[in-house]
Amino acid sequence: MEVGKRVAMNARAGILPDQAIELVDSRFTVPGMRCAGCIAKIERGLAEMPGVEAARVNFSAKRVAVRHEGFLAEDELVGRLRQLGFEAQPAMANPLAQDDADSRMLLRALAVAGFGMMNIMLLSISVWSGAGGVTKDLFHWLSALIALPVVVYSGRPFFSSALMALRYRRTNMDVPISIGVLLATGLSLYETMTGGEHAYFDGAVMLLFFLLCGRALDATMRNRTRAGIGALLGRMGKSAQVVGEEGQTSRIAAEDLETGMIMLVPAGEAFAADGTVISGDSTIDNSMLTGESRPFPVTVGSEVHAGAINLLGPVRVEITASAGDTAIAEIARLMDEAGQSRSRYVRIADRAARLYAPAVHSLAALAFIGWMLAGAGWHQSLVIAIAVLIITCPCAMGLAVPAAQVTASNALIRRGLLVKDGSALERLADVDIALFDKTGTLTVGEPRPDLTGLDPHAKSIALGLAQESSHPLSKGLATSLRLQGIRPSQIERVEERAGFGLTGRCEDIGVALIRPAEGSQCLSSELVIGSRRQTISFADPMRLDARETLADLRLLGLESIILSGDRETAVAATAREFGVESHAAVTPAGKIDRIERLKRAGHRPMMVGDGLNDGPALAAAHASIAPGTASDVSQQAADAVFIGEELAPVALAVRVARSTMRIVRQNFTFAIGYNILAVPLALAGMVTPLIAAIAMSGSSLVVIANSLRLSRAAK
Amino acid sequence: MTGLAFLIPIALGMGAVGLACFFWAMRHGQFDDLDGAANRILIDEEDDE
Repeated sequence: MEVGKRVAMNARAGILPDQAIELVDSRFTVPGMRCAGCIAKIERGLAEMPGVEAARVNFSAKRVAVRHEGFLAEDELVGRLRQLGFEAQPAMANPLAQDDADSRMLLRALAVAGFGMMNIMLLSISVWSGAGGVTKDLFHWLSALIALPVVVYSGRPFFSSALMALRYRRTNMDVPISIGVLLATGLSLYETMTGGEHAYFDGAVMLLFFLLCGRALDATMRNRTRAGIGALLGRMGKSAQVVGEEGQTSRIAAEDLETGMIMLVPAGEAFAADGTVISGDSTIDNSMLTGESRPFPVTVGSEVHAGAINLLGPVRVEITASAGDTAIAEIARLMDEAGQSRSRYVRIADRAARLYAPAVHSLAALAFIGWMLAGAGWHQSLVIAIAVLIITCPCAMGLAVPAAQVTASNALIRRGLLVKDGSALERLADVDIALFDKTGTLTVGEPRPDLTGLDPHAKSIALGLAQESSHPLSKGLATSLRLQGIRPSQIERVEERAGFGLTGRCEDIGVALIRPAEGSQCLSSELVIGSRRQTISFADPMRLDARETLADLRLLGLESIILSGDRETAVAATAREFGVESHAAVTPAGKIDRIERLKRAGHRPMMVGDGLNDGPALAAAHASIAPGTASDVSQQAADAVFIGEELAPVALAVRVARSTMRIVRQNFTFAIGYNILAVPLALAGMVTPLIAAIAMSGSSLVVIANSLRLSRAAK
Repeated sequence: MTGLAFLIPIALGMGAVGLACFFWAMRHGQFDDLDGAANRILIDEEDDE
């Protein structure tokens, strides 16, 4: 029913909001949806909004696509989602289009190969069980008719990769595969035309089928986990109001801002450039840069950075650095450089192939030359060489790694950890030291209210007020209250006054959620209902299982170190509590420096952090994990993202990664052991298509069965 | 033997139909949101969309 609409929606996704005349599509990442109720709530809640034509949730990707009229801003939709009880972030149009197309192509190739394999097997089994004469020839012709298009279509991923490797005068696993498949098909065609005894179409197509299974598994894993991760730098201010000489203001895009310009930033907007405040007082949310959730007060003379959000009152800022020179851009650059060392990591399958592929070639060539010298004639020698090629490209080899990694990552997803790709799992397996950021990583990262002393009525009023604001304290309050299952009361005439708080009326009683009168030391706010006043204090608590997780890591042989940008006193207190080494007031570059030093000392450090300031360190570390509440940049840079309030997935990730590698090694041992048995048979010329088919499917099944043992690993 | 003349085309045809169905399903986004489809069955539709 929805299909037609969805296709039209996808087709329009490329249009930019500004250019569309009437309806535009926006996409949002909504990580909090968990059940059918959430789907219904989001879709109905959004559809009720004036100007929204349709909303469609994609539950697997935790996304919602909204088709709405152009005047409706993304912020209003995010606000509406927050009212419905879901945190949301605008997402790029479709950042995964490329990956998606790749995995679709692989799936199609797999389907075609599967179809071909089954039908050719049907015919081959008749031949093996004794069909002779004309029937056999007919069946061979039919097989050829099916196999040729199938090989051309399904073999493309291998042929193109093999060609690419050959162009750079290298060889990879796809070269022997391509040669084996092409030679087997060519020879079988010749056999068919001359009415020969054996045709190898089944072997060729079956090889493609099993190898495509491995590739498709690999691609599925990459896509599924990346889909949950938001867009890069989405929250940085895209434009700013600039004050001209006569006091008039105009909107200028972030990349056109210049040093010396004065920008006027109203409450709720993100700074688009770095600068110094020249008038106005406010507090800003710096969490994107530092991961520090506590609002930071600014006044005349304070420095502000692009990406921070102005919370209270309007300020005028003289720009000191714009576009590529901002602190945020500097971090992005550091991250780029740091990430390059990781791209040099060679995956285990490729390492194996590097040794294996030349061996396969020379063995097949030797078989051919050997039999020629023995006087077997070129036809028989070629048949034997092809048998060697097919037998030594075991599908088990292609399946060994992806099957284990997909099973492991599925098990981890159920426990709230998304691993981005197979190479991440491999790297997580060999880390030997863990570096933790403090705020947002060891702690929850959000100010949490102390709710004792509030009765249900007060709680419901507090939620009604708090959900209207995007102030960090309000957000923390709303989250905690929602977790307790509190329903918000209807509050009328809610007003948010910068620097003061929220006011409104509930059942004709004046209610408010305001800043406490006295400038108290700890973070707090005051709830006013009529004449009753109550203070709610806030703290950023440690994750409940932080201590157990660090102990768990120690059991796995990983010492932990805290590496924080926070003040010395706060960090030292935490470090004492957990009994670990710590370094305070470390800059992003300092974190990279420390990681590089550890690497030079022969360690493989794992970084766990959330702030934008951890981004470069996350990219530089051998492997990295970020919490789901981390800034977008950090989630992008990390190898894995864990969701929820617990830190346990970090230790779990290392443990599961290690058992995955153990299974992968077992799979390899099996695949190689099988070769040692089968290759002499092939060299002796005793491998018929029947034996090749049984050996291939048998070894693949064993490898898959072995990998499935991992599904219990995360328990 | 004449049976083969019918049976083989039928077998191939059935396989091809299955393949065509799979391609159709893929092109129309049937596999885009597998978990969502499993959950949507639980939503009470008050108004038909």
